[in-house]
Amino acid sequence: MSDGTKMSRRQFMKASALAGGGLLLACHLPFGALDAFAAGDAVFAPNAFLRIGTDNSVTIIVNKSEMGQGVYTSLPMLVAEELCCDWKRVTFQASPVAPEYNHAQFGPIMVTGGSTSVRSEWSRLSLAGAAAREMLITAAANEWRVKPGACRAENGIVLGPGGMQISFGKIAAKAAKLPVPKEPKLKSGAKILLGRPFHRLDSPAKINGKAVFGIDVTAPGMLTAVIARPPVFGGQVKSFDASRALAVTGVKQVVAVDAGVAVVADGFWPAQKGRELLDIIWDEGPGGQVSTTLMHEEYARLSATPGLVARKDGDAPTVLSQAKKRFDVEYEVPYLAHATMEPLNCFVDMKQESCLVRTGSQFQTVDRNAAARVAGLKPEQVVFETTFLGGGFGRRACTGSDFVVEAAQVAKAVMQPVKVIRSREDDMRAGYYRPMWYDRIAACLDDKGMPLAWHHRIVGQSIIAGTPFESGMVKDGIDDTSVEGASTTLYDIPNLQVELHSPKNAVPVLWWRSVGHSHTAFVMESFLDELAHAAGKDPYQYRRQLLAKHPRTMKVLEIAAKKGGWGKPLPAGHGRGIAVHESFGSYIAQVAEVSLDVQGNIKVHRVVCAVDCGRIVNPDTIKAQMESGIVFGLSAALHGAITLKDGRVEQGNFDSYPLVRMAAAPRIEVHIIASSEPPGGVGEPGVPPIAPAVANALFAATGARLRSLPMTPDKIRAAVNRG
Amino acid sequence: MIVFNVNGKERRVDVSPDTPLLWVLREKLGLNGSKFGCGEGLCGACTVHIDGYPQRSCITPVGDVQGKKVVTIEGIPENHPLKKAWLAQEVSQCGYCQPGQIMSAVALLDKKPKPTDADIDSAMSGNLCRCGTYGRIRRAIHAAGGKSAPKGGKEL
Ligand code: FES
Ligand code: FES
Repeated sequence: MSDGTKMSRRQFMKASALAGGGLLLACHLPFGALDAFAAGDAVFAPNAFLRIGTDNSVTIIVNKSEMGQGVYTSLPMLVAEELCCDWKRVTFQASPVAPEYNHAQFGPIMVTGGSTSVRSEWSRLSLAGAAAREMLITAAANEWRVKPGACRAENGIVLGPGGMQISFGKIAAKAAKLPVPKEPKLKSGAKILLGRPFHRLDSPAKINGKAVFGIDVTAPGMLTAVIARPPVFGGQVKSFDASRALAVTGVKQVVAVDAGVAVVADGFWPAQKGRELLDIIWDEGPGGQVSTTLMHEEYARLSATPGLVARKDGDAPTVLSQAKKRFDVEYEVPYLAHATMEPLNCFVDMKQESCLVRTGSQFQTVDRNAAARVAGLKPEQVVFETTFLGGGFGRRACTGSDFVVEAAQVAKAVMQPVKVIRSREDDMRAGYYRPMWYDRIAACLDDKGMPLAWHHRIVGQSIIAGTPFESGMVKDGIDDTSVEGASTTLYDIPNLQVELHSPKNAVPVLWWRSVGHSHTAFVMESFLDELAHAAGKDPYQYRRQLLAKHPRTMKVLEIAAKKGGWGKPLPAGHGRGIAVHESFGSYIAQVAEVSLDVQGNIKVHRVVCAVDCGRIVNPDTIKAQMESGIVFGLSAALHGAITLKDGRVEQGNFDSYPLVRMAAAPRIEVHIIASSEPPGGVGEPGVPPIAPAVANALFAATGARLRSLPMTPDKIRAAVNRG
Repeated sequence: MIVFNVNGKERRVDVSPDTPLLWVLREKLGLNGSKFGCGEGLCGACTVHIDGYPQRSCITPVGDVQGKKVVTIEGIPENHPLKKAWLAQEVSQCGYCQPGQIMSAVALLDKKPKPTDADIDSAMSGNLCRCGTYGRIRRAIHAAGGKSAPKGGKEL
C-alpha cells in the first residue's frame, strides 16, 4: 500500500503547502486546484495524484518530467483506468517537489530516469485511482441508501440499482468527506484504457507554441545571462576585465560564478555580445593536458591488465590459455553529448527568504537542494517548478546539478529574476558526457562452434564514483552502470569473465539514454556476430541457440527476424544485421538493412524492431519510443563523437556534432509482443541494439567489420580495404 | 525603430538592428513558439516565414525584416491541415523542434501541395529532431498533402 493512497486530504494540502510555500505555489503553478480548495469543498482530492471538480473534470498530478516519453498521458491512463472516469475530461499537471512525489523505488528523491516512470508508478497510481473510485461509489451508495456493492462506476458516473446514477462531479464533495480506503481493490476484468492507443494529452500544446519549456520561462523584470566558461575542464578565472562588455547596450552586470564569468543583460543577444567582449585570463590548471588520443592509449594499456571482476562463470582465462584457436579483439566508443534540442537553461528568482526555480529537470529534489545550498535557505524554502523538457536523455538528471547551481549563483549575485541560457556551444562543451569506453575481449569456441570462453575487460570512467550516489550504487569498486549489458548477458556461455577498470579524469560523465547498455550492446552483439561468422553459422540461428533458456529474448529475436525478412533475398550491395538486447526490464531485437554509397556513407534503409516490454499502457507511445531510440542510437552509431585536444572539446554545434536528419532517417517498423509480464521500460531500451544491428548489416553487405564507433566513411573505407 | 508585420499585425521594436529576429520574437513580442536550438542556422528550431519563405530567425538580423511580413507558429491556424495531421499522426515527442518542423512543412505544402518523399527530404532536412520523429513527420506531411500515408506506421 503506497503512501499516496493513505494520505488524507488535509495531509495532502499540508504537504502541498510545505512543498510549494503556500502562496507562491498558488501564484506560479498552473494548479488552479488550490483556488478550488480555497473556494470550499467542491473538489475531491483523495490523494496526491488526482482531483475531481464539480464540473466532472479529472486532474491527474504527474510526478514525472515530460521530456518526450509521454508521461503526461501514460500516467494519467493508469489512474483513469482504475478510477473509471471519462477519459475526455482528464487533464494533467506537473507535481511540485514533495515527499509524496518521490520515486517509488529510488529512495527519497523525485527523479525521472532509468526508464522507470510507468513501471515504478503502475501500482501506486492504480491504487490511487481505485481508492477514489471506491470513495465515489460509497458516497453515492450512502446517498441512495443502498450497499456500495450494488453500485459500480463507469465513464465518470456512479451507477446504482434501478437505473440510479450520479456523475463523479456531483458526488465528489460528499466523497471527499469519507475516509480514504486503506486497501482499495483493483478492478477485475477487461481493461478500458490500458493497452489501447490514445492520443497524447500534451500534443496540442506542443504544436501551437504554447507548451512552456524552461527556456520560455519569463517573469516581470527578468534578466538573461550567459556564462563565459573556462576553455578546459577544471579551469578557473584568474582575472577579468568587464569594461568592454558593460559598454554593450542592454548589459546590466558582469558577475563571477563558479562556472565562469556571467554576463547579465536584458536579453540573450546583448548578453552574448557582452560575453564576446569580456577579457578573461584563465588559470587552466592541468585540464589543458587532457586529450582523448592519449586517453585512448592509456585505456588500451589498462585493458591488458586484470581489472575488478564483475562476473565470473567457469574459468575463462584458463580455458582460453588452452584453446587451439582464440579470437582477440578490441572495441571502442567515444564520449557522447546528450545534445538535447533545448539547450540547458534555468530560471531563478532569489529573495532573502525564498527562492523560485523554474526549469526542465529530471532530478527535482537534488536540484532543489542544490539551489537551497547556494541560496543559504532550507530546501523547503525553495519552490521548484518543472516545465516541459526539450529533451532529457539523462542530461537533466545531473549529479552535480550544474545548470541549476550556476543559475542560482547568478541569481544570488543580482537578486533579480534571471534566466541563464547556454548557447549550443556552451551546452556541448561544458561537459557531462556518456563515457568513452575501451573493451578488450578474448574468446574461443567449442567443437560445435559455440562460444566456450569469453573474457571481457571494460575500461572507462565510472558515472557514479565521486557523486553522492557512490555509496549506494558502487559495490566493491564496481559501478554497475559500467558493466551492465555485459555482466548481465543472457547468452549461455560456460566460461564468462567480465572485468572492469575505472580510470579517473577531469572530463565530467553522466548517464546518457540507456547508460552502460549504449556501449555494451554494441560490443557484445558485434563480437557475437563475429564469432557466428567465424563458426560459419547464421548469426540469427547462432543467437537462438545461445538463448534457449530465455523465451522472451528468443521471441523478440524471432519476430524481428521474421518481420525483417531474415534470409530473404536483398538488392545487390544491401546487407541485413540483427541484434538483441535486454535492458531496463524490456527485451528488444532489431534487424537493420543497409547499403554503402561510393563515399563510404552507410545508408540505413529499414529497421524492424520487436519489443517485449511486459504489460503495456499506450502502445502508440511504445512505438514512438522505439522509433526515437533507434534514431537517437543511429546518430551515435554513424556520427557521434566528443573528442578533446589540449583539454578543449573539439565539437561545438551540429556541424561538428551531426545528428541524423530527415533524409537519412530509416523506415522503422515496430512490433509489440503481447505480454502479461511485469512492465518494463521503453524510453531507453530502443537505443542499444541499433548500433550493432547496423554494424552487423555493414559486415553482411561489405565484409567490413567496424569495432569502433562512430562508423564514419574513413573508418569504413579503411575496413573495406583491409577486407 | 524597426517596423514589420508579425502574424498579420504591425509591430514596432526598438532594438539594435543586428539582434536576431528570433530573440525579438521571443523576448520583445512574447512569441515563444519559435525555439532556440543552435543559433547558427543548423537545426531549424527557429524557423519562421519571411514574406512566405521559410527562414532561420536565429541568423536573421531584425534589421533585415524591416517592412516585411513574418509568420510564426502562433500565426498558423489551429485548423491548418498540417497541425491536424501532426495530431492525427501523434508526431510530437518532447515537442521542442516541432514548431520549426511545422513551419518548414507549411512552406513546403504552400509550394508543393502533394510533395514526394524526395521533396520532403530536401525541404525538411534542415530541421533536426533529437527525439527522432522523422518518420511521423513524413507521414503527417503526406497525410496533409492528401496522399495516403505510406505503410509501416501506426494509425490511431
Ligand atoms: S536555432 Fe536557428 S537554426 Fe538552430
Ligand atoms: S520532438 Fe523532441 S526534438 Fe523533435
